[in-house]
Amino acid sequence: MSALRAAAPGATTGPPPADDPRVALLTTQLKKVRYRPDALIDVLHAVQDIYGYLSPEVLTTVADALQLPPSRVMGVATFYHLFTFEARGDHTCTVCTGTACFVKGADALMSGVSEAYDVAQGATREDGSLSLLEARCIGSCGLAPVALVDGAVVAKATPDALIAAIRNAMEASVSAEDAVREAAAGEGGAA
Amino acid sequence: MSGGVDLFDLAQKEREEQAVYRRTVLCCGSTACLSGGAQATQDAIKGAVAEQGLEQDVRLVATGCMGLCSRGPLVKVRTRGEDDVLYADVDTDAGRRIAEQHLGAGQPVEEKALSLEHPFFARQVRVVLENMGEIDPNRIEDYIAHGGYRALRDAVSTMTPAGVIDVVQRSGLRGRGGGGYPAGSKWKLLNEAQSDQKTVIANGDEGDPGAYMDRTVMEDDPHRVLEGMAIAAYATGAIKGYIYVRAEYPVAVRRLEQAIRQAKRHKLLGKNLFGTNFSFDVEIRIGAGAFVCGEETALMASIMGQRGTPVLRPPYPTERGLWGHPSMINNVETLANVPTIMRRGADWFANIGTETSRGTKVFALAGKLENTGLIEVPMGITLREIIEEIGGGVAGGKAFKAAQTGGPSGGCIPLKHIDTPMDYDSLLALGSIMGSGGLIVMDEDVAMPDVARFFMRFCMDESCGKCLPCRAGTYEMHELLDALIGGRGTAATLARLETLCEVVRTNSLCGLGQTAPNPVLSTLHYFRPEYEALLVPDGAHLAGLPGAHAIASAAPATNTSERSA
Repeated sequence: MSALRAAAPGATTGPPPADDPRVALLTTQLKKVRYRPDALIDVLHAVQDIYGYLSPEVLTTVADALQLPPSRVMGVATFYHLFTFEARGDHTCTVCTGTACFVKGADALMSGVSEAYDVAQGATREDGSLSLLEARCIGSCGLAPVALVDGAVVAKATPDALIAAIRNAMEASVSAEDAVREAAAGEGGAA
Repeated sequence: MSGGVDLFDLAQKEREEQAVYRRTVLCCGSTACLSGGAQATQDAIKGAVAEQGLEQDVRLVATGCMGLCSRGPLVKVRTRGEDDVLYADVDTDAGRRIAEQHLGAGQPVEEKALSLEHPFFARQVRVVLENMGEIDPNRIEDYIAHGGYRALRDAVSTMTPAGVIDVVQRSGLRGRGGGGYPAGSKWKLLNEAQSDQKTVIANGDEGDPGAYMDRTVMEDDPHRVLEGMAIAAYATGAIKGYIYVRAEYPVAVRRLEQAIRQAKRHKLLGKNLFGTNFSFDVEIRIGAGAFVCGEETALMASIMGQRGTPVLRPPYPTERGLWGHPSMINNVETLANVPTIMRRGADWFANIGTETSRGTKVFALAGKLENTGLIEVPMGITLREIIEEIGGGVAGGKAFKAAQTGGPSGGCIPLKHIDTPMDYDSLLALGSIMGSGGLIVMDEDVAMPDVARFFMRFCMDESCGKCLPCRAGTYEMHELLDALIGGRGTAATLARLETLCEVVRTNSLCGLGQTAPNPVLSTLHYFRPEYEALLVPDGAHLAGLPGAHAIASAAPATNTSERSA
């Protein structure tokens, strides 16, 4: 969602630098919910939007800001499926595994992509190029089976069509990705 | 009426503005059609309209779901003094042709047109979905021009809370989230609770995989949900409302946020509504992926920013709910019925449906059918009518095997019960439930033990882990199903599975665990030979059966489970 998301995989360890623009984004969000502890889930969503995933450092920051014990923040973060603790790949393929998609062959989509890209279900390729995820139900049952490639719906999908969609997404974004990387490297150099 | 917005003025102005145009092109802009390229279609039509200089003549509206999702993108052309023409499978080429031939030259594009007499449409009765495909969900003016917020105004300015509850009770409206508890009785309980901090909660945590009724209502007619909530708040004395929406539905969140802003601007939410001392505000809370949050007490925990684990009832939310104050949770579809019931009367609503199940039900019709999509039918319609007439029969000439309702908490209806009327009690008698409205049709190619395992895996993943029968039971049942399907199960495996179903059903803390065995029980009941065909003779099979030793003592473990629950 955020343009900064693409830069997230690089920043895995240590506290973020003070001039990290993501800190300001998170602070804005915390102010918006007036640091209310009951807004924890909203704040975790914001963290994931801003950073791409929930890191232990940021979770500690959130606990301090909302005056909650870190155990409580961790407990809530691990309870809900949508929160992730690892950086996602540059591209994501999410196969819907709802009932309608199950009946119409979601398994074949999953195994097709898994084999074609040598990536396990729920995992990210070693080179960080692709994550293969499953969704409970994206509510497009009339178009089953469906999958999402970088958020775009592939309706009435076949394994071949899905693999083609992933290939297109990867090819289309090569130049754009380079630009983002250069920009991120530029920022890093300036800091 | 002092201080309140004059709805009649607003509605009149909107209708006059719309009446300027001779033709209206309603383009389905709901999630399903957008996935099928509806945006490009709209752009193509818009471009062709501009090229022909028809902007003064044609109004383009991106509407909500028109229902027949499998034939999208759908486009409807409405011309003053003529019948509507509905087009299906409208790609950009077809869009341009419609713009040139129909909008420009007045000649409908016959080969793309779909008759509105088509049983998919003709058999439906629209209450909840009455505005779908008619209004622009982004504009409050369009909702008001279609009669919106009139029910709220009339309730607040001319009726007592008891009077409103009386209408809802007499309508016979039952909860559409699955349980079917009479809505009016629930409202009465909250009304009678003593507190000045009461809340009403709209449950939009539509977790049943294979259902998207509530998503469509929230995305495509968001004001209907707000109006229903406000009427409920007036009737019960609540001052605050929460809509709990799945995070998987970002469009619903955006549309509801926008609708709340619009309603506040028009003083339809906020302080002293319609010049009375009734005040009501609504906030959205977003889930984060947990099926159990559809359960009332888990949902409230999640609203309060906690892990979504359920607690024992009683006390019921109407006694002790959010932050200890009385609260009431209604499903989105239940609330969406309310404005229409108030506007058209309890008797009108009660005349639709059956004796014990009044009104209509929205189903997400999916699976192996010719026509799939979102439908609203009178309660009591038979499964056969839905499948053969509305659904156009099983796709590819295959044979019907079963229909699954109620998702992971429901069961399967086999061919021999295809003439069953779809109402709460008939479905319960068959070992299924109405559920929230997922209706998935399976053909002869689908193996029922696979279906049972699919749902059990879902329940296993979604068990919150608080109580043992559900946490361990769903895991063990999944392992047993795996063993059976993998050719490692004997008659004893099957017997253990059945015992465990009973243990989990009777000892789990909340509805998730209590209903988790339903897909197994129901498929076993109707398709037992399929399970029996998987059995292998007694022997070396146990080697590959994880957890076998634990299961062997499942029956005596009942007491332990009761203690932990």
